[in-house]
Amino acid sequence: MVKPLGGADVVVVGAGIVGAAVAYECATAGLTVAVVERDQVSGGTTGAGEGNLLVSDKEPGPELDLALLSLRRWREWAETLDTDIEYEPKGGLVVASTAAALASLTALAEGQRAAGVETAAVADPRTLEPHLRDGTAGAVHYPQDSQVMPSLAAAELLRRPGITVHTGLTLTGLTLTGGKITAAVTDAGTIPTGAVVNAAGTWAAEVAARCGSELPVAPRRGFVLVTEPLPRMIRHKVYSADYVANVAAGTAGLETSPVVEGTAAGPVLIGASRERVGFDKTVSVPVLRRLAAQAVELFPFLTDVQVMRAYRGFRPYTPDHLPIIGADETVGGLWHACGHEGAGVGLAAATGLLVAQGLTGGKPALDTAAFRPGRFGRPVEEAHA
Amino acid sequence: MTVYDIAVIGAGPAGLAAAETAAARGARVAVVDAAEHPGGQFYRHRPGDDGSRHHHWRAFTRLRDALKNVDHLAGHRVWHAEPGEPHTLHCLVGHADERPTTVRAQHLILATGAHDRSLPFPGWDLPGVLTAGGAQALWKGHGLTAGARAVVAGTGPFLLPVATGLAASGATVHGVFDANRPDRRVLPLATDPARAIEAAGYAAALLRHRIPYRTGHAVIAAHGDGRLEEVTVARLDRDWRPLPGTGRTITCDTLATGYGFTPQLELAVHLGCALTEGFDGTPVAAVDAAQATTAPRVWAAGETCGVGGATLAIVTGALAGYAATGARPPASLLRRRARQRRLAAALAAAWPVRDGWKSWLTDDTLICRCEEVPHSRVEQAIAAGARDTRGLKLLSRTGMGRCQGRVCGYAAACLVGAPERPDRPIAQPVRLGDLAAGDTAPIHPRAGADT
Ligand SMILES: Cc1cc2nc3c(=O)[nH]c(=O)nc-3n(C[C@H](O)[C@H](O)[C@H](O)COP(=O)(O)OP(=O)(O)OC[C@H]3O[C@@H](n4cnc5c(N)ncnc54)[C@H](O)[C@@H]3O)c2cc1C
Ligand SMILES: Cc1cc2nc3c(=O)[nH]c(=O)nc-3n(C[C@H](O)[C@H](O)[C@H](O)COP(=O)(O)OP(=O)(O)OC[C@H]3O[C@@H](n4cnc5c(N)ncnc54)[C@H](O)[C@@H]3O)c2cc1C
Repeated sequence: MVKPLGGADVVVVGAGIVGAAVAYECATAGLTVAVVERDQVSGGTTGAGEGNLLVSDKEPGPELDLALLSLRRWREWAETLDTDIEYEPKGGLVVASTAAALASLTALAEGQRAAGVETAAVADPRTLEPHLRDGTAGAVHYPQDSQVMPSLAAAELLRRPGITVHTGLTLTGLTLTGGKITAAVTDAGTIPTGAVVNAAGTWAAEVAARCGSELPVAPRRGFVLVTEPLPRMIRHKVYSADYVANVAAGTAGLETSPVVEGTAAGPVLIGASRERVGFDKTVSVPVLRRLAAQAVELFPFLTDVQVMRAYRGFRPYTPDHLPIIGADETVGGLWHACGHEGAGVGLAAATGLLVAQGLTGGKPALDTAAFRPGRFGRPVEEAHA
Repeated sequence: MTVYDIAVIGAGPAGLAAAETAAARGARVAVVDAAEHPGGQFYRHRPGDDGSRHHHWRAFTRLRDALKNVDHLAGHRVWHAEPGEPHTLHCLVGHADERPTTVRAQHLILATGAHDRSLPFPGWDLPGVLTAGGAQALWKGHGLTAGARAVVAGTGPFLLPVATGLAASGATVHGVFDANRPDRRVLPLATDPARAIEAAGYAAALLRHRIPYRTGHAVIAAHGDGRLEEVTVARLDRDWRPLPGTGRTITCDTLATGYGFTPQLELAVHLGCALTEGFDGTPVAAVDAAQATTAPRVWAAGETCGVGGATLAIVTGALAGYAATGARPPASLLRRRARQRRLAAALAAAWPVRDGWKSWLTDDTLICRCEEVPHSRVEQAIAAGARDTRGLKLLSRTGMGRCQGRVCGYAAACLVGAPERPDRPIAQPVRLGDLAAGDTAPIHPRAGADT
């Protein structure tokens, strides 16, 4: 019944942006890669989020280091990949509404600058964004904040020679011999391999369980509003300074402080909210209302602009807001690259690099201790209810 | 009380019949409809209609008269249906002076109908190429001048009223081309006397206007410099592939095409209604014997649960009206529904969409007109790993534009080989200011209706 598919050095589970990045970097390192995706390329959260590559929203620490490494890699990818992945280093503008907010934003920016982020204080943000409301206290400009189209990027990365993509295939388990992986088992056959990378995003806990391991990854829902196409009125990624506090919060309650930005195609994107409500797909009108109100508050001209659509996705949340990158501590040959919450696109490139370096025995480009899969201990507990 | 017992969405045949039935049972009913005038697709399809030539006019006037027993909220576009106790309909009224409002009701009946289904072909984006629904709007007086040269193409019996409507409004119709060759012996029209009379009426009208009617033919390309000037018509094989050497051109300035209808399921999806396959295999709201959807206190009627014509819409609407008021329907109504459903299934089987239309496409034929996505880019997206319309949208922008895939969705689904999964949390564009404004100005039932 279980027939062998072609073998590969590495089997990557998930064809989202993280799986694609891992596959690409492994292939670049000379490994043969089979990608197993139960739905389609970008069928998970990657196709239901946005494409911000942000350093501005990260506090100094391991995640910011990862983001900076990733940003450099994204820039290289944008130059080397054949197709347009809509990479645009448009810069971010974080706006403070009060003197107190500006003070904490300025303090954050100082720490970020020490960690290698380019920042510039902007006394009058309307010099950069003429349609912004007046009466703000000030802003910080982050020229490195960039943009890609994640689905196109994932598809393009997966076209690299050395990668075979199997869509419509679900990983159901592993074959182990002496505690080491010898094959990945799917619902349509087994793939002989010595290494499996769990890049199943928000479903990574389920995949870990199927592989005999355990991870605390849970969904955190987000909604995005998309307007009718407009001439370019908004040039940067603009958001209110409250955003940084929201990202770091772990509460189940609703948090919104949307990034507002114009896109090359014309529509303005407003997103996203953060709520821990499981995989509930029901549209929340109050959440949409809040996103709209906050966008209109930043850019009053948006009042008369029509929203054409809204969509939602489920971020892969971890209790400490850090991604899980590294070798599983019990199952030999199993690796994890998941749990990137609201920054998986931004962090994908570095994640791919680190996993490829680990699998080929290379020296990691940065210290990965903070991302260790084993850091949560067992049994896994919900850090935040 | 600020809540309706029942809100019916849609004032087409299904919605009107539902409202009439529910109101007759004493329920406080609102009929919420985007259009300014009641009637939906069917009763709208004739100009300044005095009803003289309309087969179902008596039924319509009766249903329309029943509106005086309900609150008819005309010109109310529902942008989102929020399930709850009560359910909330988030609406927009007006256009330039748009304002938001809400309607609350314990029970909902969805009768949101269907929209025209198009198939792409080279030149279908030229001005002058219309859908059947677009042609309806035209002969209502928007710019169609007597002497316009029109061609009607597509598949299904509804091409006939489109052609006779165009002719009656002064156009010269140079042919009706139905891509199918429905077998006259199995043609089920005879089992339904009303339809047989209707069909005979249209046939007579075609003759009177000297309109040629060809089966097994299609318009496979439209041509023109900046607007429609001529079309290529070809004979098709059984699978709708053009037979070599049969192409000929017809000069025309108007082409109305229609390949059936796609139910509007946005609100059903908002409310959490399960979907199933309709008579022709495309998604519809799943309903039980009482027209109840899988969502609590939500019923569906008319094209929302299967494209089957005005009579089926009226019958299912009435059944939903009974069920939503907790009343038992007359057995005769159940028998009529069974008969109309058999008929709808037979019509769907006689007028399918066959795969060969894909051979009409060239690499640069636009599939998505809003985002200008050519066929070649759709094929690239499929090669890159898209397996349904959502994947196609992400990898090629197909369906991402203004119409949100309402025009190209069916064709895109055929090309990628998986059914559409309608998921549009916002069913009608809404201004950010109105969205931000929150729950303003809810509509309360008219005081007098509280009996
Ligand atoms: C509204 C919203 C906005 C966002 N905005 C941003 C942003 O601006 N910038 C940013 O960096 N990030 C953003 N994110 C977060 C980002 O989208 C995610 O972190 C990222 O997409 C995760 O990628 P992934 O590859 O890990 O997961 P996914 O894209 O979910 O991929 C995992 C894949 O694994 C597959 N899979 C699961 N189980 C199995 C199995 N058993 N067998 C085979 N396949 C399986 C799934 O089908 C899925 O395709 C946003 C998220 C949301 C929801
Ligand atoms: C050209 C043409 C010719 C036809 N000829 C025939 C024929 O000869 N015989 C026959 O039996 N059938 C015919 N039909 C089919 C017939 O029109 C339909 O079967 C019938 O109208 C279906 O009724 P309904 O009530 O389900 O939907 P509809 O009549 O489509 O009514 C749906 C209503 O819901 C409203 N609505 C939808 N969404 C929203 C929203 N979000 N907010 C507010 N309102 C909303 C719409 O505005 C519309 O008024 C024809 C159709 C066409 C287009």
